[in-house]
Amino acid sequence: MNDTTGLGDDVQLITLDVNGASYEVITAPRRTLVDVLRHDLRLTGTHVGCEHGICGACTVLVDGLPVRACLMFAAQAEGARITTVESLADSGTGELSDLQRAFTEHHGLQCGFCTPGFLMLAQGFLAERPEATKEEIREVVAANLCRCTGYQTIVEAIDACATARRAQRAMGAEEDSCN
Amino acid sequence: MKPAPFQYHRARDVEGATALLAELADEAKVIAGGQSLVAMMNFRLARPGHLVDITGLRELDQLGVEADGGLRIGALTTHHTVETAPADRLGAGFEVIRDAMRWIGHLPIRTRGTVGGSIAHADSTAEWCLLAVLLDAEFMAHGPRGRRRIPAGEFFFGYYTTALDPDEILVEIVFPRPAPHAALTEFAERRGDFAIVSAAVDLATEGEDVLGGRVALGGVAAMPVRVPEAEAVLAAGGSFRDCAEAAAAAVDPPSDGHGSGDYRKHLIRNLIERACEEAMSR
Ligand SMILES: Cc1cc2nc3c(=O)[nH]c(=O)nc-3n(C[C@H](O)[C@H](O)[C@H](O)COP(=O)(O)OP(=O)(O)OC[C@H]3O[C@@H](n4cnc5c(N)ncnc54)[C@H](O)[C@@H]3O)c2cc1C
Ligand code: FES
Ligand code: FES
Repeated sequence: MNDTTGLGDDVQLITLDVNGASYEVITAPRRTLVDVLRHDLRLTGTHVGCEHGICGACTVLVDGLPVRACLMFAAQAEGARITTVESLADSGTGELSDLQRAFTEHHGLQCGFCTPGFLMLAQGFLAERPEATKEEIREVVAANLCRCTGYQTIVEAIDACATARRAQRAMGAEEDSCN
Repeated sequence: MKPAPFQYHRARDVEGATALLAELADEAKVIAGGQSLVAMMNFRLARPGHLVDITGLRELDQLGVEADGGLRIGALTTHHTVETAPADRLGAGFEVIRDAMRWIGHLPIRTRGTVGGSIAHADSTAEWCLLAVLLDAEFMAHGPRGRRRIPAGEFFFGYYTTALDPDEILVEIVFPRPAPHAALTEFAERRGDFAIVSAAVDLATEGEDVLGGRVALGGVAAMPVRVPEAEAVLAAGGSFRDCAEAAAAAVDPPSDGHGSGDYRKHLIRNLIERACEEAMSR
């Protein structure tokens, strides 16, 4: 195949499912998932910091679970459902999701560099553990680095979002039982 | 940084993967969860010319208790799968393994990192390696010359060095018997870091009495080690404190940037006593 990547090595054609859309990408095997998202698909919401799994800026969901997109080659993500921070806000209106709004309301960000990673970490974690306690949230956010906030406000934002989602579900269940 | 160029191969079955590894010889490396290998490649500490991706081999992703009471874990099972396994899949008496998972890195590491990858990588403080040595696990390796079973006691040779041949794939780990009174604990500078010292014990009990037990340590040598001197204290009816003291006296841990040998001995005393108490209270 012709090298259209500027990477100067063998390239391959891969198909990726990102936020429900299918993309065909010609890229070198050594391209990590985060680099393909940012450089080939121009989805620059996912950030990249350390490139060795420490900072979590690159966190995305793969089949619903939070992973480090810098520690996965894009070729390995073929056949999986990839979800990035771009999926959170409403694509039509641009309205922020409940989790994003909670981060704003609780001052869960300052410079914002770490925010996409924390959002996807929380999104994946709360989907799996909607009942998460504040203690559990505190332990999970230790996965990512934030140099600005001191974490307290991030924990509060995620906890508030989880609490609101639980209340909403309980209300939904009540309505169902009334019908 | 970015990794050096390589060719990517997706294995369709175990036979194909080992044949390819044999053909490419030392040019190739297996990739599983990538949580150690990709970090090393990004740093260019590793630059394999070929990667053989085994993550598609679903037959290596299972977990279950056998009729003989042993727990079988496929090499591709992730730390997260073990951590969240329902009680009936994990089996009674293997809670020590499930509970140890929370010490491995963080959630996004555990969702990708695999049991087989941890054991093949053989970090001297890896939780899986310590559990395997403590509980006499056996490893099933598959190579071009067929399958062989390697006991944990004969598997680890030193820092990042194991009995696996370069063309062999680790396919399964077997924990032969339940360990209802076992526990693993550790200390690291920050949550999720590799431990400075990790300690694990497996007590043999009758009611409230301790009849004996096994004691193992990570971070004190090039690989996890059993500590017979500490086990002798338990067998003789000594206290947990005396067991911990005996362990600290028996080993000669290294000094490095994370702590001196004396500091590690201090950690050993505390961690072994804590592990004994946790194991007893299960
Ligand atoms: C930030 C961070 C923190 C971490 N903290 C911890 C921790 O506290 N404790 C801990 O134990 N680990 C920790 N890890 C490492 C993690 O547990 C890895 O999952 C594990 O070391 C390797 O598993 P893997 O599946 O990712 O293997 P890979 O990275 O894919 O491979 C690692 C090595 O094993 C070989 N290999 C993999 N699978 C097989 C197989 N089936 N047969 C033969 N060879 C194989 C590869 O060729 C390679 O040499 C951490 C990682 C990161 C990034
Ligand atoms: S860029 Fe992936 S963890 Fe830092
Ligand atoms: S808001 Fe600046 S690093 Fe987290």
